[in-house]
Amino acid sequence: MKILVPVKRVIDPYVSIRVKSDQSGVETENVKMSMNPFCEIAVEEAIRLKESGSATEIVAVSIGNQSCQETIRTALAMGADRGIHVLTDETLEPLSIAKILSKIVEQESPGLVITGKQAIDGDNNQTGQMLAALTDMPQGTFASKIEIEGEKINVTREVDGGLQTIKLNMPAIITTDLRLNEPRYASLPNIMKAKKKPIDQKTPQDYGVDATSRIKVLKVIEPPKRQAGVKVESIAELVDKLKNEAGVI
Amino acid sequence: MTTLFFIEHVNGKVNDQSLKAISATKDLGGDVHGLIAGSNIDGAVEEASKIDGLNKLIHVDNEEFNNILAEKITSVILGMADIYDFFAAAATTTGKNVMPRLSAKLDVAQISEIIGIESPDTFIRTIYAGNAIATVQSSDAKKVLTVRPTAFKAAEIKSDACEVEKINPDNIPAVSEYVSEELTKSDRPELTSAKTIISGGRGMQNGENFELLDKVAAKLGAAVGASRAAVDAGFVPNDYQVGQTGKVVAPELYIAVGISGAIQHLAGMKDSKVIVAINKDEEAPIFDIADYGLVADLFQVLPELEQAL
Repeated sequence: MKILVPVKRVIDPYVSIRVKSDQSGVETENVKMSMNPFCEIAVEEAIRLKESGSATEIVAVSIGNQSCQETIRTALAMGADRGIHVLTDETLEPLSIAKILSKIVEQESPGLVITGKQAIDGDNNQTGQMLAALTDMPQGTFASKIEIEGEKINVTREVDGGLQTIKLNMPAIITTDLRLNEPRYASLPNIMKAKKKPIDQKTPQDYGVDATSRIKVLKVIEPPKRQAGVKVESIAELVDKLKNEAGVI
Repeated sequence: MTTLFFIEHVNGKVNDQSLKAISATKDLGGDVHGLIAGSNIDGAVEEASKIDGLNKLIHVDNEEFNNILAEKITSVILGMADIYDFFAAAATTTGKNVMPRLSAKLDVAQISEIIGIESPDTFIRTIYAGNAIATVQSSDAKKVLTVRPTAFKAAEIKSDACEVEKINPDNIPAVSEYVSEELTKSDRPELTSAKTIISGGRGMQNGENFELLDKVAAKLGAAVGASRAAVDAGFVPNDYQVGQTGKVVAPELYIAVGISGAIQHLAGMKDSKVIVAINKDEEAPIFDIADYGLVADLFQVLPELEQAL
């Protein structure tokens, strides 16, 4: 079975972002970039399925500018077998990304697509579900555990009240939540080996996808700052303030 | 303009998050129809039919929908989609699961977790874990939205009901099935609807120590939450998690204990009305946003707090 893993390049989660002064967006020039953390979890899960004998090949896909090659190399260094880079300098919406991915799914016929539940830049939480819609596959979103059982897959999902388990026909789309696994770090020999693994370069036009934007960003601003309050010296003072000043207990 | 709003229910009641999110539909203009699904849910259907602002309720009366699977409910909504201009749901795990599938089927670019509506095509939402706020305009003819419940006040339940139409669709896709559910058992209120929340971070040191929080929570009638660091360290399950990748909450009172205040945690709780921070590190960033800060050893002051309440 082949597994397709879409990976996104985003601002490193430990970097404080800066809103551009002209309110056009968030500064990404000269900022440290990394693979989206939920995508790392997706790559790790695919590698584990390969290590356990359930999968035979892992294909990492990234859609974006030239630098996305680095993100694919990271996936290859972790253990993916080959990459597909769809080159575009436009910032594509989840719907356009899902359309391109659906064409890749058509060509590659993976048994599973494992993707992050959301990217930490746009926080949209859409691409996996949209890909499932466009390919007419079932979806197991926010997965904390997956188990292949013949032609089906059991997915334990993180839902608001706890955990929910569903059973899906394969091929299926899985999106990862935090507790699915802890991604590995690539070892130096594997980073060297990854340099020799193949990456196909494509464009959105190669897939015949109209990636015209439907959503226009009118402005991006910083959130209102919350002011620091006062320090209290004791529990007694705290309880008094909460009762008599704030009136919340 | 007509909106279809997907209403969730739990234990015979309309989900509090749906009640909040449906308030957003007022700003879209035109009629609002509700969709509620499941069999033997008379109580929830009755309550839903009395939601202020609702013009009609469609009840999908079929036990297949007692647990909502995206593939099945999407096919039902698609069957009635022609007459609607807006499709909306609360940004719960169910709403987040279902709406993008619907959106792609309609060839619409969804707008996720809106916190405000400027006009029927222009919406406000947070990006980068709440560190930036974007105003976006959609050019799609139909629009699909998820609504962040904490940004809106719960709709009222009136005394009179709107028209209820029962439907029982066939040809429901069978590519997915519900197996089981393991809901976290707790005597405490649910995080997203609690008026008071007390959360623990890495400073709690282990899962057993969360009992100290439970005891205070019992006195306050509060829900217990956790930072991502505490979840990652395995102290508590993920459904405790408050933050950008967990639950976004905005209670009257939020007490952060042993939480340093990572950006991703702040994103999930900084809209709380009153924030209290208890941390032994006086440099912890959580103090920068707390209304009341107490620099102290949590193991000493939590029992004191329990006593004082």
